[in-house]
Amino acid sequence: MSATAAPVARSAGRAAVIASAARRNAWMLGLLALLAGLLVFTKIIQPNYGVTGVQGLAISVLPLALAAVAQAIVVLSGGIDLSIGSMMALINVVAAVLMDGQSEQFGVVVVFGSLLLGLLLGAINGGLIVITRVPDIVVTLAMSFVWAGFALVVLPTPGGGSARWLMSIVGGSLGTEWIPKAAVVLIVIVGVIWIPVRRSRLGLSLYATGSHPLAAFRSGVSIGRTKVLAYALMGLFAALAGLSLTASTGIGTPVPGPYTLMSVAAVVLGGVSLAGGRGGVFGPIVAVMILQLIRTDMTFLDVNNNLATVLQGLILIGVVMIGSLVQIRRSRA
Amino acid sequence: MSGIPEVAPERRSLAAADTWRRLFRDRPMLPLLALLVVLVILSQIARPGIVTLEWAGVLLSAAVPLAILAACQTLTMLTGGIDLSVGAVASMAGFVVASLSASTGTGTGIVVALIAAAVAGLVTGIGVGVFRVHPLIMTLGMSLVVLGLANFWQLQTAKTSSGVSPELRWIGSEQFADILPYSLLVFVPVAALILLGLRRTGYGRMLVAIGDNPTAARLSGARSWQILIVLYVVSALLAAIAGFVYSGYTNVASVALVDSSVLPSVAAAVIGGTSIMGGRGGYGGTIVGVLILTVISSLLSSLGYPEAVRQILFGSIIVAVAAAYTRVTGET
Repeated sequence: MSATAAPVARSAGRAAVIASAARRNAWMLGLLALLAGLLVFTKIIQPNYGVTGVQGLAISVLPLALAAVAQAIVVLSGGIDLSIGSMMALINVVAAVLMDGQSEQFGVVVVFGSLLLGLLLGAINGGLIVITRVPDIVVTLAMSFVWAGFALVVLPTPGGGSARWLMSIVGGSLGTEWIPKAAVVLIVIVGVIWIPVRRSRLGLSLYATGSHPLAAFRSGVSIGRTKVLAYALMGLFAALAGLSLTASTGIGTPVPGPYTLMSVAAVVLGGVSLAGGRGGVFGPIVAVMILQLIRTDMTFLDVNNNLATVLQGLILIGVVMIGSLVQIRRSRA
Repeated sequence: MSGIPEVAPERRSLAAADTWRRLFRDRPMLPLLALLVVLVILSQIARPGIVTLEWAGVLLSAAVPLAILAACQTLTMLTGGIDLSVGAVASMAGFVVASLSASTGTGTGIVVALIAAAVAGLVTGIGVGVFRVHPLIMTLGMSLVVLGLANFWQLQTAKTSSGVSPELRWIGSEQFADILPYSLLVFVPVAALILLGLRRTGYGRMLVAIGDNPTAARLSGARSWQILIVLYVVSALLAAIAGFVYSGYTNVASVALVDSSVLPSVAAAVIGGTSIMGGRGGYGGTIVGVLILTVISSLLSSLGYPEAVRQILFGSIIVAVAAAYTRVTGET
C-alpha cells in the first residue's frame, strides 16, 4: 500500500465501522432521538418544566423501568412473563408489612429478604415452565393469579409502612439538583446486576437460548438451567420494582398495577424481539421514559385522560407496525 | 426361539399406557369430560345436595358469556395468535348498547356496537395480517385504544345513557323454568356456527393450517393476510356478543366490565386443548374447559375460602391441568 492510500483506506474503514455500528443500534438511536425530541417538546409547551419535572419523571418511571428490565431479560431468553405485576405487588406488600413499625436496621434485612424472595418466585415460574413443558404464556398467566392471591393474603387492604432510608434513596436528588436519586438508583442497579451477567457465560447462554434454542442446545448450553436462571433474574428485578413501589409510595398495595402489560409494551418498543435473542435492556428503559413523557405532555396539553390512553395505544401500535415494516423490507432486500 | 413369545408383564403395561395415551390424544374430550364429572362429584361431596338442576342452571348462566369469549381465544390461538382485546371490546359493546337503548332503542344500539367492534377487529386484523405485528402486542394496544375511546364516549353520553336494556337483561339473567338460561338462545347458534365452521369449511381448515405450518400454508396458496383480517373481525364481533350477554347477566354497563374475564377465557381455551402455539385444538374442548373453570369457581366458593385463597387455587389448578394435559398427550 502506498503512503497516500493508507490514510484514505483508514478513514474509509472508520466510516464503515461507524455506519455499521449506527445500523446495528438504529433502533436505540431512534429511541434516544425520540426522547430528546420529546424533552424539547415538553419544554416548549411547559416552560416551567425543570428540576421538579425531571424529578417527578424519574420517580414515576422507576417501578415500570425495573419491570421492563425484568421482562426484557425473560423475553431475551425466548420467554415471556405475564405475572410481573402480581409479583411486584406481592413483594411490595411483604416488604411493607415486615417493615411496618420496625427499626431502620431491620429494614435492611427486609430488603435483602425481599430480593431473595423475588429470586425464588422467579425460579418457581421458570422451574414450572421447564418441568411441565407448558408454554410460558399459560404458566405465567396462571401464576399471576397465584402471586396476586398471596399478595391479598399477606395484606388484604393497602397499608403497612416503609423504612425511611428506603424512601430517601429514591426521593430527592444527588449532588446537583438536576440528578434525581431515582435515576441514579436505576442506573446503579442495572449496571451492577445486569452488565456483569450480560458479559458472563450466563448472558451468552441467555441470548443463545432465545435466539435459537436448538443450536444453543447442540452447542452445549443447558437450556433448562438457563431458562430457570433467566426467570430468577426476572424475579430479582421484579422484587426491585416492588421495593421501588414501597419506597415511592411508603405503603403496600396488594392490587397489581398495569405493570405487566406495560412492561411487555416497553420491551417491544425498546427494540427487543418477542421471539428472543435480540435486543438489550436499555432500549426498554428509554421506551418507558418516552411513554411516561408522552403521558406527562398530554396532561400539560390538557388532553382528556382517556384520549391520552388512546394515544398511548396508538403510538404503541404505530411504532411496532413501523418496526415490523422495516423488518419485512430488510428481509426482502 | 420357538413358539409364540410371551409378552413380558412390563411390556404389557407399557402397551396399555400407550393405548391410553393414544386414546387421550385422539379423543382429547374424554379426559376433559372425565375431569368435569370428577369436579361435579367433588362439589357434591363438599356441599352435599348442592348438585341440582337449579345449580346447573346458575352455572350455565355464568358459563355462557365466558364460553363466547373463549371462542375468540380458540379461533385466534388456532393461528398461533391471541386476542387480549376481547375484554375491552366486550365491555365497550355492552356499554354502547346501554347508552343508546334509551334514546334509539336496543336494536340500534346493538348494530352500532357491532359495527364499532368490527372496526376494531379490522384494525387488529390489518396489524396482524398485513404488518405482521405480534398479536399479543397488537391486541394489547387495541385494548388500550378501545378502552380510551369507550371512556371518552362515556363522558359524552353521561347525561343520556340509562341502565342495561330490559331485552339484554332478559337474555343474560333470566332462565326458562329457572334452569336453562335464555342466553343459550344466543349461544347455541353461535357455538354451532363455530363448531361447524372450524370442521367443515375451508376457512376453518385454513385457520388451523396457518397455525400449524405457516410456510406450507402460504405455499399452498392460502392468503394469510385475508384470513387473519377476517379472523380478528370475527373475534371482535364474538367479543361484542359476549359483551351483550355479560351486560345482561350482571345488569351493569361499564367500560371495564369484562376485563377480569380475559385471562379466564385464555385459560379455558388452553385447558380445552387448544395449543397456544397454534395448529391444534377446537371449540368443543374449549366449551368443556369453560364448564370446568365454572365448576371449579363454584366449588371453591362453596368451600367458603376467601377470595385470595380462591385465586391461588384457581391459578394452581390451571397450571396442574395444563401440565397433566401436556404429560398425557405428549405435546405442548
